Amino acid sequence: MHLAAHFPGVNNTTVWADPRSRSQIDFSSFEHLARTAERGKFDFFFLAEGLRLREHNGRIHDLDVVGRPESLTVLAALAAVTDRLGLAATVNATFNEPYELARRLATLDHLSDGRAAWNVVTSSDAFTGENFRRGGYLDRADRYVRAAEFVATARELWDTWTPDGTPRPFTHQGQHFGIEGEFTVPRSPQGHPIVIQAGDSPEGREFAASAADVIFTRHGTLEAGRTFYADVKARLAKYGREADELKIMPGVTFVLGDSDAEAQERAAEIRLQQVSPQNALLALEQIWGRDLSSYDPDGPLPEIDPDPESSLVQGRVRHGDPLAVAARWRALSKEKGLSIRQTVIETTGRQSFIGSPQTVAGQLTEFVAADAADGFILVPHLTPGGLDDFVDRVVPLLQERGVFRSEYTGPTLRSHLGLAEPVWKG
Amino acid sequence: MPSTAPLHLAAEIGGPPHYAHEHYIGLARLAERGALDFVTLGDSFARPGLDALAVLSRVAPATDRIGLVPTVTTTHTEPFHVSSAVATLDWVSRGRAGWNVDVSTTGAEARLFGRRPAAPADDLWREAGEAADVSARLWDSWEDDAEIRDVATGRFIDRDKLHHVDFEGASFTVRGPAIVPRPPQGHPVTVVDAAGGPARETAARHADVVLVRAPTPERAAAIRTDLRRRAAAYGRDPDSLRVLVSLTVDLGDAETAPEPGLESGPPLAAGGSYYRGGPVDLAELITQWHRGGAADGFHLTPITPGRDLERIVNGTVALLQHRSLFRTFYPGGTLREHLGLDRPANRYALEGGRA
Ligand SMILES: Cc1cc2nc3c(=O)[nH]c(=O)nc-3n(C[C@H](O)[C@H](O)[C@H](O)COP(=O)(O)O)c2cc1C
Repeated sequence: MHLAAHFPGVNNTTVWADPRSRSQIDFSSFEHLARTAERGKFDFFFLAEGLRLREHNGRIHDLDVVGRPESLTVLAALAAVTDRLGLAATVNATFNEPYELARRLATLDHLSDGRAAWNVVTSSDAFTGENFRRGGYLDRADRYVRAAEFVATARELWDTWTPDGTPRPFTHQGQHFGIEGEFTVPRSPQGHPIVIQAGDSPEGREFAASAADVIFTRHGTLEAGRTFYADVKARLAKYGREADELKIMPGVTFVLGDSDAEAQERAAEIRLQQVSPQNALLALEQIWGRDLSSYDPDGPLPEIDPDPESSLVQGRVRHGDPLAVAARWRALSKEKGLSIRQTVIETTGRQSFIGSPQTVAGQLTEFVAADAADGFILVPHLTPGGLDDFVDRVVPLLQERGVFRSEYTGPTLRSHLGLAEPVWKG
Repeated sequence: MPSTAPLHLAAEIGGPPHYAHEHYIGLARLAERGALDFVTLGDSFARPGLDALAVLSRVAPATDRIGLVPTVTTTHTEPFHVSSAVATLDWVSRGRAGWNVDVSTTGAEARLFGRRPAAPADDLWREAGEAADVSARLWDSWEDDAEIRDVATGRFIDRDKLHHVDFEGASFTVRGPAIVPRPPQGHPVTVVDAAGGPARETAARHADVVLVRAPTPERAAAIRTDLRRRAAAYGRDPDSLRVLVSLTVDLGDAETAPEPGLESGPPLAAGGSYYRGGPVDLAELITQWHRGGAADGFHLTPITPGRDLERIVNGTVALLQHRSLFRTFYPGGTLREHLGLDRPANRYALEGGRA
């Protein structure tokens, strides 16, 4: 089993109202969570990315945690206070250029002695593009074409120095990039930094199958996980890759208690904190695309239909057809007699593991044994102490069961993941 | 014009490329032992070496007080990313970050990106000024007290204290606000090497620290006066500018050289001043220039970083400290405090206050 820690960031997973919640920006918070993950022998520490603050109806969204440092820079500093932990940065392939980013990633790999990873994301809406020179807008198909060429180009650059340390010139001529020169950084300790892909569409899965070492996903249930796992692993053969060359690691939340009942109770409280009355209306407006601020969050769902053409919400991916989603929500609400807030709580959770340490260790093990995942990216709901209990109470059980390492066996992230060093293609 | 202002000292820790962080950590700690204001780390996309900002971020937790100033080019980079990275360096170093704003003028650099051809230095320095300007606006785009965590209303931030910057320059636009909250120093320290002509205007307008080259104290004083006059013309307080003379330093093997003093240097100190001699004579030179009001301090580039920096710290700086010309400890924690520069007021908070 592979385990990674997500730094609780900018969304309503993170419960900032809890008195134990500390700064999401001070370096001490990053240091605490990373050291905890390393104490737990985790594979890597993971940072998400946002390039434009979310807005709602033309105003900045103010209900969730906002504000975070720039990933690669924080990870370079974390390399100073950790020894083995992998360091994964989410960096968009749309709003960056291959030469600069390949250089920054190779630098991080050197500064961390082989622990760097890049989570390639592709969100490329015009809203985000307003912060960038190119104004960047790429349609859905094109952004993965660019991302694939981006990763391929980075790999060409990482291969330009010979293994004995001699720089050689490169030329890349493609659809999105035409560049040439000399790369300034020697081949990095891992050969190439690890490449992670996050994105669920068929194009995203195909891109992951062709080019990624790890896929970061969300899935709701064991069954959904198995379907996803089978689909993605089946895509590898066509690229001449073995099934274990791509690790599938869903992002999951967890809640622990001394007993299962206590954990369930705690989880319900956490959901209420995550979905405040204001957040419930906001989630509804994201589907409906209408101003619903006059509705009572403890009352029933609106009678009016969603506006599918709405641009009320910006900076968030809208999932699925709003009319269909609304119909599903209404049906659920009617069936179970749920208010707006209760409906949102029921529908917007992601896969979570809730129970006593024994129960959670058992569930995690079952997921991996059932081919629903190769491991997990744990998303704590508290900054920075949210991983403490997991490392103190669940990790030892996983180790006892023999499903998780007790010691790091190698120095690099690639070795933690059991991935071979890429063959040098000079 | 005898100067009574505190002396500022900085050192470059680049030089021949190294790929091991221990090398840079060792040099930064050495400079910190001498209580230097800051270290710089040069960078360019077109010559071997690691990304300087990342290296100094790696150095930050391994040091306590010294300022950290990487070179960051504004030519082939995204101003939004650059401002975020510099702000983040300030967060991870708890207020010790600066950036040495630079441009990339060569065709070789342009071809690494393939987005646009090489451009004249004049244009690129104008753009660098815009990058510095938008960075400062983005750093202000969160007021210091924007994060409220108000459980009663469910609001994490006060959205009225976050601001779109709506920057429109000649070559880019940025909507804002920043993703990174306002950094500890308000604005990390902006350094401009004004050796070239077109850089000087950008320096006068945007820099907190200006690096200049001058073969004589008279020449240095004239450049400093000119920079302060131009800064004032932009509505700035000239006393908020620190002008440091750049010296390439070769402290050789001898305690004192037969003919100490400035020489015209080898090509690596292009257009600049090259000092060869012993650490004691260097202290002498610094004392005289500073006393004469030629500069606020010096930016020393050791020709052989390991050897020369050690001599600068244990020889030159020790002597300056002995003469009470240079501090023996850091009275403050941030680079701005070392430099005697105020934490900038937030322009948007000021506007709000007036409204
Ligand atoms: C688990 C997961 C995590 C993601 N994290 C980020 C992120 O941190 N930053 C970002 O800009 N996009 C993120 N994305 C968005 C993806 O990059 C992508 O734009 C989105 O999933 C739509 O792509 P798709 O159609 O292939 O799913 C994430 C997506 C998933 C599934």
